[in-house]
Amino acid sequence: MTELSKTGAAVGEPTPASPSDAFLEVRDLKVHFPTDDGIVKSVDGLSFSLEKGKTLSIVGESGSGKSVTSLAIMGLHRLGARGKNVQMSGEIWLGGKELVSASPDEVRRLRGREMAMIFQDPLSAMHPYYKVGDQIVEAYRVHHNVSKKVARTRAIEMLDRVGIPEPAKRVDGYPHEFSGGMRQRAMIAMALVNNPELLIADEPTTALDVTVQAQILDLIRDLQKEFGSAVILITHDLGVVAEIADDVLVMYGGRCVERGPVDEIFEKPQHPYTWGLLGSMPRIDRETSDRLIPVKGQPPSLINVPSGCAFHPRCPYADLPKGNVTRTVRPELQQVDGGHWSACHLSPEDRTRIWTEEIAPKL
Amino acid sequence: MISYILRRTLAAVILLLVVSAVTFAIFFVLPRLAGQTADQLAQQYIGKSPSKADIVAVKHNLGLDQPVYVQYWHFIKGIVSGATYDLGPTTVHCDAPCFGYSFKTHQAVWPQLTSRMPVTLSLALGAAVLWLVSGVAIGVVSALKPRSFFDRTFMGVALAGVSLPMFFTGNLAILLFTYQWPIFGRTYVPLTENPAQWANTLIPAWCSLALLYSAIYARLTRSGMLETMNEDYIRTARAKGLRERKVVVRHGLRAALTPIITVFGMDLGLLLGGAVITETVFSLHGIGQYAVQAIDDNDLPPILGVTLLAAFFVVIANLLVDLLYAAADPRVRLS
Amino acid sequence: MEGIPPIMRRSALAAIAAIGSATLLVAGCSKADDNKDGNSGGSSAAANAATKGVVNASDKKGGTVTYELSDVPDSFDPGNTYYAYMYNFSRLYARPLMTFEPGPGSKGNTLVPDLAASKGVPSDGGKTWTYKLRSGLKYQDGTAITSKDVKYAVERSNFARDVLSLGPNYFQQFLVGGDKYKGPYKDKSAKGLSSIETPDDTTIVFHLKQAFQEFDYLVSAPQTAPVPQAKDTGVDYVKNIVSSGSYQFQSYQDGKQAVLVRNKNWDAKTDPLRKQLPDKIVVNLKVNAETIDKDVLAGDAIDLGGTGVQAATQAQVLTDSAKKANTDNTYGGRLVYMAINTKLKPFDNVACRKAVEYAIDKVSVQTAEGGPIRGDVATTVLPPDIPGYTKADVYASTGNKGDAAKAKAQLKACGKTSINTNITARSDRPQEIDAATAIINSLKAVGINATLKQYPSGKYFTDYAGVPNFANKQNVGLMMMQWGADWPSGYGFLQQILNGQAISQSGNTNLSQYDNKSVNTLLAKAIGTQDDTERNSIYTQIDKQTMDDAALVPLTYFKVLLARPTTFTNLVSTAAFSGQYDYLNIGVASK
Repeated sequence: MTELSKTGAAVGEPTPASPSDAFLEVRDLKVHFPTDDGIVKSVDGLSFSLEKGKTLSIVGESGSGKSVTSLAIMGLHRLGARGKNVQMSGEIWLGGKELVSASPDEVRRLRGREMAMIFQDPLSAMHPYYKVGDQIVEAYRVHHNVSKKVARTRAIEMLDRVGIPEPAKRVDGYPHEFSGGMRQRAMIAMALVNNPELLIADEPTTALDVTVQAQILDLIRDLQKEFGSAVILITHDLGVVAEIADDVLVMYGGRCVERGPVDEIFEKPQHPYTWGLLGSMPRIDRETSDRLIPVKGQPPSLINVPSGCAFHPRCPYADLPKGNVTRTVRPELQQVDGGHWSACHLSPEDRTRIWTEEIAPKL
Repeated sequence: MISYILRRTLAAVILLLVVSAVTFAIFFVLPRLAGQTADQLAQQYIGKSPSKADIVAVKHNLGLDQPVYVQYWHFIKGIVSGATYDLGPTTVHCDAPCFGYSFKTHQAVWPQLTSRMPVTLSLALGAAVLWLVSGVAIGVVSALKPRSFFDRTFMGVALAGVSLPMFFTGNLAILLFTYQWPIFGRTYVPLTENPAQWANTLIPAWCSLALLYSAIYARLTRSGMLETMNEDYIRTARAKGLRERKVVVRHGLRAALTPIITVFGMDLGLLLGGAVITETVFSLHGIGQYAVQAIDDNDLPPILGVTLLAAFFVVIANLLVDLLYAAADPRVRLS
Repeated sequence: MEGIPPIMRRSALAAIAAIGSATLLVAGCSKADDNKDGNSGGSSAAANAATKGVVNASDKKGGTVTYELSDVPDSFDPGNTYYAYMYNFSRLYARPLMTFEPGPGSKGNTLVPDLAASKGVPSDGGKTWTYKLRSGLKYQDGTAITSKDVKYAVERSNFARDVLSLGPNYFQQFLVGGDKYKGPYKDKSAKGLSSIETPDDTTIVFHLKQAFQEFDYLVSAPQTAPVPQAKDTGVDYVKNIVSSGSYQFQSYQDGKQAVLVRNKNWDAKTDPLRKQLPDKIVVNLKVNAETIDKDVLAGDAIDLGGTGVQAATQAQVLTDSAKKANTDNTYGGRLVYMAINTKLKPFDNVACRKAVEYAIDKVSVQTAEGGPIRGDVATTVLPPDIPGYTKADVYASTGNKGDAAKAKAQLKACGKTSINTNITARSDRPQEIDAATAIINSLKAVGINATLKQYPSGKYFTDYAGVPNFANKQNVGLMMMQWGADWPSGYGFLQQILNGQAISQSGNTNLSQYDNKSVNTLLAKAIGTQDDTERNSIYTQIDKQTMDDAALVPLTYFKVLLARPTTFTNLVSTAAFSGQYDYLNIGVASK
């Protein structure tokens, strides 16, 4: 593991010339899929950076581009039958290596070793025909030239670390013999077997029971502390975010609409979409009938992204700014303060007023 | 596991009994319902202008003068404990499993089946290896590059392979490779006699039969692979940093193959019961050819023998497929 | 051929050799020509040469002659077979009392003694027949062949029909006491059938119920080939046949293959017919019919069945003059015809039958059957290669295309304007179905509506057309049929299909149920007539009478197109065996 260069997550606008000191730095990432109907702009100019030991949470609805972003970092979207004609530009710097221009095999060598991933449904994500232990062994031996026996010992050790009881026995079990939570623990063990410096967790708890969800999040947090990895947590659940993230990045229509430290995002959110997400967040201390700001309407088409602010068709405040600006001009990210950025045409005064007077009291 | 196999074996025996009873019924009961008399049946196995006495004698000799269920009982008894048969000057005991004697030639059925089995086995197994390997290979490559030139070309060839009848491909193969360019031998040589010659004479038949099947298998594999390669666990495998080849073979193919194994088992089982047309086209003295002759002659004992043998192979193939399936997919429990 | 002394044959051989080398010398001068004739092994013959003479006549010994058959024979056992090609082929290992002289076409119908030293001597007006065996006859194991073995062979083949049921049973029908005797397997008495006497080891006497002047034909069946009782294993005898001919079995695999090699105990001195030319004879069974054609054209095999080439091959050989030169288009001793049910209304009226005779366009039927190559238009019951045939055409029409006006006139005479009836054909014989369809079309034009009924050939006689009750009840007025003689004589041909006394309730072959007293009498008279010419004239009379009675409609005289492999010697197409090559002396030509 490389030495940590900074202790905090750098969420500021990245410097354009050279890679920053951050472990992961994404610059102006675009991932487009040509289809018969047109070009699907799944990710359209995304930038962020992440330091080791920190957790960045990417939130947004389905189709906002958060999963594609993670797959792009892993280099996975280019594989398989559909990956041949994907168009990708921008830069992804991981530990000093640029991944967009790297050869597929170079990226493959990093995959699983420098960066690993946990998926949403551990049942379908694990091969049903192979023993859990063997799948972990396989993950280890891709990057370590060791005997099966050594790898097996490592697998048992990892199963133990993720809190699976009787790991020496469970190592020979099949995925279908595990409970949901245990499977996700095993999945995490598989992802962490090579001590990756970047862990991407794509909705790791969505498919699990509520009680198990918390355990898994605790586990990820504990392990992160132990290994010092950088973590990207992809979710649409702000409750999870509040629990685990250092920084938050809100995506809408393939672009970042707001980002900042987790406290800022929860306390002073600047973007109407973020307000909507917060409004639809289930909370124990709130009656569900009071939910005032559900995000109305459908997520935008990624082929014909709405002009101006992509959120304007769904935004209740789209008419507040003067002129037709929300429909004609795409808002750029503006610094709110410190590491807090937002892309919205509303004036800071309007935002503060709406948040404090209209939104916050109802949450 | 053992109790499972025992239960399946018992079920198989019952199934074979049912098959034999149904065959018996088709042969005896249906014509009887259509008005055929035992005399008329017996007469089919006598030469010209038989006298009444001839018919009675043949009827008695073949047991056709007894009720159908008694004949059926004798048949089953013969399989289990053998039977005695009248050769004319002497009688002979036909040891179990005795599948009876041909009504027409009066030759025992079982030795015919056993002597023809190696031919059918050679044909079916050789072709099976060819079609499985080629079909799966083509299917995998096509699936990895869908709509590519290779994919389109081979799927087109596959369609042709399925559509072309054996009478065409087989005769064409014979014409080209044993007459036009006599690369391959014409008459079957047993494996035990000369392995090289054995393979040499069977290659055209293998290829013709394999063409028919590999086409189906290529399409099966292609669609199976296309489906499997979209599975989450393939993404997981890639996320581990596995080489793509390993992802395809160890993770993709492994899962896609399982349903193919099922179909393969059934196909092979059926073929072992006689590759009727292929054996006819390539003049191979196998089970299928024997079956055709028996049907031509309306000769019940060989028909029954072949039917039971075929049913036996299908049942065995089924059992093996299930065991294999259980071995391949740990989620499957045998019970 | 019988009379040629060996010395003559040797000089003939020398002459052939001399001509051969002369040919080589000439060929050496003109290179352009030597390719075609160089490897044909003998003279290059013209089309139909083997129907006019022996092609590639040679006494060259050695080599292997391979026969191929797309089917399986009923049995190789000479006492259990009824197929013409087995009658032909079995003579290589089973010598009957009489046989046919290898000769082209109708000349092949000439009877010559084989196991017997001379033709049968009739006495008692043709009711008793005495044969003397040649001397020095031996089986393959060196033991002597006696007349008792011939008697035993006849007994086992005709009187043990519960196990050896596939051959005909003429002896059972004609011998005195044939209906009482239980056969050698059940009746273990040393005496056996008393109407066959063997006063000594070389004499055999047959006592018949009635005069039978064609008995020599009857004993030409393989059923008279000797079988040693001690070696007879009934249905299993086929696996261990004891040869009396020039070849013996080296191996036999039921339904697959038989290999024959020279019988060392066969003595040329006892046998003027056989030459024992090849070292080995191989019979491959169940060979794909297309493959057989290719092998025959390649000169690698002879089609044992002798049923001619496949349609595709026919087109190929007829369009290539070089290949056509090596074909023989010959009569198969068979008549393709349609029987008219004389017992079914309204066909019990001869005028209605005559309407059918006139109505049919025989050229359309001939075309459906495969054209002139597959048969000539027929106008008589007897085909041209059967003795007794006389050219006649009672219902002549222009170009054989039928005469609708006369047909309608007959229909009127019958008191009908239209008839509804059924016509049967064998479902597994496409040409027969095509022919029936052509007939239906012809008949429709004159107001006779026939509906096609198809039945499998295996049950055609036992369950359908051959069951008078069925035909009469199901309104079957017309029945497609083919018939070949068991032996090449008018009696052998006509008896089974025209004799009113031979109508049986199942397995009937007199499909017309034709029962004309004068025909019945004429048949009986013919078989009792010793003089050949007189006998044959009676057959002509019967033929005419049948046609006048319109009991059946002759359609075509069946023909086969044989491909003649150039690599074999002594090929001659004989009428005695349905136009097949005579298999007795086929050898391998020098390469």
